[in-house]
Amino acid sequence: MPHILFVFLVICFTVLPVYSANEQKTVKAGFLFVGPINDYGWNCAQNEGRLFVEKKLAGKIQTVAVENVPESAEAERVMERMIAQGAKIIFATSFGYLEPVLKVARRHPDVKFMQLSRFDKRPNLRTYFYLHYQGSYLAGVVAGRMSKKNKIGFVAAHPVPPLLQSINAFALGVRSVNAKATVKVVWTNKWVDPAVEAEAAKGLIDNGIDVLAFDQSAPVTIVKTAESNKTYVIGCYTDDCQFAPNYWLTGVSFDWGPYYARICQSVLDGTWQEGTDVCDIKTGNVKLSSFGKAVPEPLRKEVAAAKEKIANGSLVVFAGPLKDREGRERLSAGAKPNIKWLAGMNFFVPGVEGTLPKN
Amino acid sequence: MDDLAFITAVAAGMVRSGTPVLLAAVGECLTERSGILNLGMEGIMLAGALTAVIVSYLTGNIFFAIIAALAIGALIGLLHAFLCLYFHVNQVATGIAVTILLSGITAFCGIDYVGKSIHSISAYKVPWLSELPFFGSVFFNQDILVYLSYAIVPLTYFLINGTRFGLSLKAVGEEPRAAAAAGVSVFRTRCIATALGAMLAALGGAYLSLVYAQGWTENITAGRGWIAVGLVMFASWNPWKAVLGAYLFGLAISLQLRLQAAGADVSPYLLGMAPYLLVILVLAVSKLRQKKIPAAGPTALSIPYLPQV
Repeated sequence: MPHILFVFLVICFTVLPVYSANEQKTVKAGFLFVGPINDYGWNCAQNEGRLFVEKKLAGKIQTVAVENVPESAEAERVMERMIAQGAKIIFATSFGYLEPVLKVARRHPDVKFMQLSRFDKRPNLRTYFYLHYQGSYLAGVVAGRMSKKNKIGFVAAHPVPPLLQSINAFALGVRSVNAKATVKVVWTNKWVDPAVEAEAAKGLIDNGIDVLAFDQSAPVTIVKTAESNKTYVIGCYTDDCQFAPNYWLTGVSFDWGPYYARICQSVLDGTWQEGTDVCDIKTGNVKLSSFGKAVPEPLRKEVAAAKEKIANGSLVVFAGPLKDREGRERLSAGAKPNIKWLAGMNFFVPGVEGTLPKN
Repeated sequence: MDDLAFITAVAAGMVRSGTPVLLAAVGECLTERSGILNLGMEGIMLAGALTAVIVSYLTGNIFFAIIAALAIGALIGLLHAFLCLYFHVNQVATGIAVTILLSGITAFCGIDYVGKSIHSISAYKVPWLSELPFFGSVFFNQDILVYLSYAIVPLTYFLINGTRFGLSLKAVGEEPRAAAAAGVSVFRTRCIATALGAMLAALGGAYLSLVYAQGWTENITAGRGWIAVGLVMFASWNPWKAVLGAYLFGLAISLQLRLQAAGADVSPYLLGMAPYLLVILVLAVSKLRQKKIPAAGPTALSIPYLPQV
């Protein structure tokens, strides 16, 4: 038995997919992905950003990518290897990479690091945040208009702030066009468990919803379940229109390419600096996926107008005064949310139904 | 949604959620009755799930997909049996190694199949039977794999308790040396039992990928293979009781999701724990009951058989 395990381990470590092109006088950029790049979800979107950089800055930037990197000391090892291969900038595209990034950043002051969704300060560290919820609001507008029964379902993985932002913004979008509609939330307590996700979707559909939204890591199962149960579906992270040709409405997806290309260009120009970026509708990094054929033209125009308002700042999704569904004021009149307020979100807005576990 | 509609929906969800565990648990019953402990069920389910997706994607044929999953299951079962019976290795260690190995291999080989559109299995209403009140929509508005599971349980029970092979199977599981003296091949009987059990687990995996997920996702089983192994003990190695246990597990999943959808004010953490709590509770209760009745487990379970000693 030990032999088999040994062979298995050898296979695991030698075939870890490391992509790198031929050696040239170019700057290398390393990318760490927390899951498989073809998950049709989060990592897929991140990898498309990397591919955009390769194409846009061909001959100037070379990328090295490793997928399925755990958020542990393993990430440190992967980054050290990238640096040994000559990487000058490293993109850590998941929440939990910050601790290993800080350790490696201390050892390599000449290498630049980009950390997603976390705050920290170091001369060679830049952090970037994404406001997914702005897209959720727009998706909510679509859902609110398309729902005939005024009942909308939302399958969500864990009650953590980023998901609560999405759910609340979605409900605000729904209510902005349909004051009678409710958003029913079912927690699966799993990032990935297709059987439970499908059953949760079925449960909501049995309860009479006619539009289904969700936030799970691997979206394909729910999108297909909605299609086979003749229920409209709102996607997340990537454009999964192909899996529900008749019942796809739209979804929130990412376009990381232009942002990553800009950062890489600043490294080439020598203008890269520490700091913080926010990626949202305005910067074009958060966007709506293509509309399904069920979405009528006037609604598409309405959503485009709302998108324009979010982009130019005249529409703020979480605008004060904002009350939670128990009636407590969470944002006073005139106040605008900052990243810290968003990161601590732990309430539901009116219109959301379902249990919110108290932490 | 009125009460009857709610109960019907919960029960139909129970059958769907319970079926993958049911198939694996019935398979493990059969295997353990022959004296082989197969802890590789989780890995075998994963292998079955991935194989079904790959074959369904390549051929577009559900039938081939199921056959391929069964074949892979049999192969891995034979591998486990061979390690246990030829090399007399520790069965707990081999089983766990099989699971770890297969979760790695399936994750690696499945990379290209994540998100691929495959031919999946949809529900098929049984004429007449599906029109029965309550039972019709719970049991006979499902898919063909569920109907297959209805046939598999009595067949397995009959195989164990009504056939000559079943007699040898139980003899080998209780007293392998006595069975060998009576002319039964311990090696062959245990190989067959392990392969059959693994085939059922692979079928359970195929159910997850073809019916539920309608595609492949890494670690699609999410621990259902381990639940199946635990249920066999609760079922005191009886396939009928294993069905009960599997449906209890399915009921807990289905009920918690639908209670949330119906707006019950219970913490989703508690509800999420319910399926696992239920399994632990039921195992504990059945253990208490066994103090009165002698344990029904096969005497030679997981003990390496060394005929020459």
